[in-house]
Amino acid sequence: MFDFLSDYDDPSLLGAFWVTVQLTVFSAIGSLIWGTLLAAMRVSPVPLMRGFGTAYVNIVRNIPLTVIIVFTSLGLADIFGVTMGAPDDFELKYFRLAVLGLVAYTAAFVCEAIRSGINTVPVGQAEAARALGLSFSQVLRLVVLPQAFRSVIGPLANVLIALTKNTTVAATIGVAEAALLMKEMIENEAQTLLIGAVFAFGFVVLTLPTGLILNWLSKRLAVKR
Amino acid sequence: MKLRKVTAASAAVFALALTATACGGDDSDSGSSSSGGGEKIKIGIKYDQPGLGLKEPDGSFSGFDVDVATYVAKELGYEPNQIEWVETKSADRENALSRGDVKIIAATYSITDERKEKVDFAGPYLLAHQDLLVKSDSDITEATDLNDKKLCSVTGSTSAQNVKKDFAPKAQLSERGGYSECLSALQTGQVDALTTDDSILAGYAAQDQYKGKFKLAGLKLSNENYGIGVKKGDTETVNKVNDALEKMVSDGSWQKAVDENFGPANYKNEKAPEIGQIVQ
Repeated sequence: MFDFLSDYDDPSLLGAFWVTVQLTVFSAIGSLIWGTLLAAMRVSPVPLMRGFGTAYVNIVRNIPLTVIIVFTSLGLADIFGVTMGAPDDFELKYFRLAVLGLVAYTAAFVCEAIRSGINTVPVGQAEAARALGLSFSQVLRLVVLPQAFRSVIGPLANVLIALTKNTTVAATIGVAEAALLMKEMIENEAQTLLIGAVFAFGFVVLTLPTGLILNWLSKRLAVKR
Repeated sequence: MKLRKVTAASAAVFALALTATACGGDDSDSGSSSSGGGEKIKIGIKYDQPGLGLKEPDGSFSGFDVDVATYVAKELGYEPNQIEWVETKSADRENALSRGDVKIIAATYSITDERKEKVDFAGPYLLAHQDLLVKSDSDITEATDLNDKKLCSVTGSTSAQNVKKDFAPKAQLSERGGYSECLSALQTGQVDALTTDDSILAGYAAQDQYKGKFKLAGLKLSNENYGIGVKKGDTETVNKVNDALEKMVSDGSWQKAVDENFGPANYKNEKAPEIGQIVQ
């Protein structure tokens, strides 16, 4: 029943899911950094940065991810000639473009999660820190963000799980991850339901532990007030 | 206590899912009652392949698959206005037949052993080959030239898999959502060639906006035997469709349909295949 799975070795089932994991990890790191910067902009005292952060989040999170990913390929790569440092290696080029698209999209959600965390830190703490003579970036780095992060691990876990599943969109620009292998199998095997179940199970295997671990972590690290 | 509730709930959901699937699988007979009269015949085609099966902006349909299906339907006793066209994407084709959503499928449906386990095929009615579409000034003439080239094809398609596995494992392959996206990359020079069945390529090259810009390289990289898909076990329909296809070839309508749909673009069609003659 499952013997067709062993016919695939480039990529294999595990290999394809490994690419999914790589996409997830790189995009998660990228969007955590970019999302934190966006959140810092949205609470900063400089109106221009606040405006940029607000505009970015509201525009990007309202564009379908497929449009963003396809744009990185048809727009950035084809029209503007962006090669992501790999003009002659399509595999690497489209992988990086996909990560770029996923980071741009996911960062908007990370930003909003972190901003909600910042709102859980009592205003008195920021005021006290400022009264001690700390600058805005010091207040953020030393006092507010450490507490904010600890309170938003749960929401960030949601974003991470959504990101894991969103990586399937990278198949539309030809990144050889799980969803692309699934399309190949469906094309060859005429066993749609079974193949669908195999890949759904694969994603559950990836996301379920993520959710459980981060949930445990969020309880452990929660700021007791 | 809490745990038991969760277990019960998930069991309920699972049972529901099972029954739902069972329902979907069961009532398969509707719509497959045979022969003409006043009723309609449902035929599965592709909607997005110029030259083979294309839904025009005005809602009409054109292409070689459409012409073949129309002819076959006429032989089965259905006038063109009794045909109801249904879009069957590659992944849906087997299920659409086994559920009885469509009576026959003519949608660039290559006859393969895996598919023969699920559906029956009439035909083949066209022998296509995987080929390259290149700019008209390109100098690619041999399959051995491909390994240092940039190719484009549709995500997960048989053609894309063939490139990766067989003819050019070292070539750079960009897999995209549709052939039109590949054409734009070909125009801007991001890729050197678009690869899939020559019949599909000829259809694209024959479109007005691309006339004279692209040509077929003329490589016969694979054999694709297009057949007409019929529900598994429906031998009666298979035989009728085979008779219709034979008649279509012998009275010249087959060649006429080929010329009309694939005309320009350096496409040299194979002669009409014999029924049941599958070229490996």
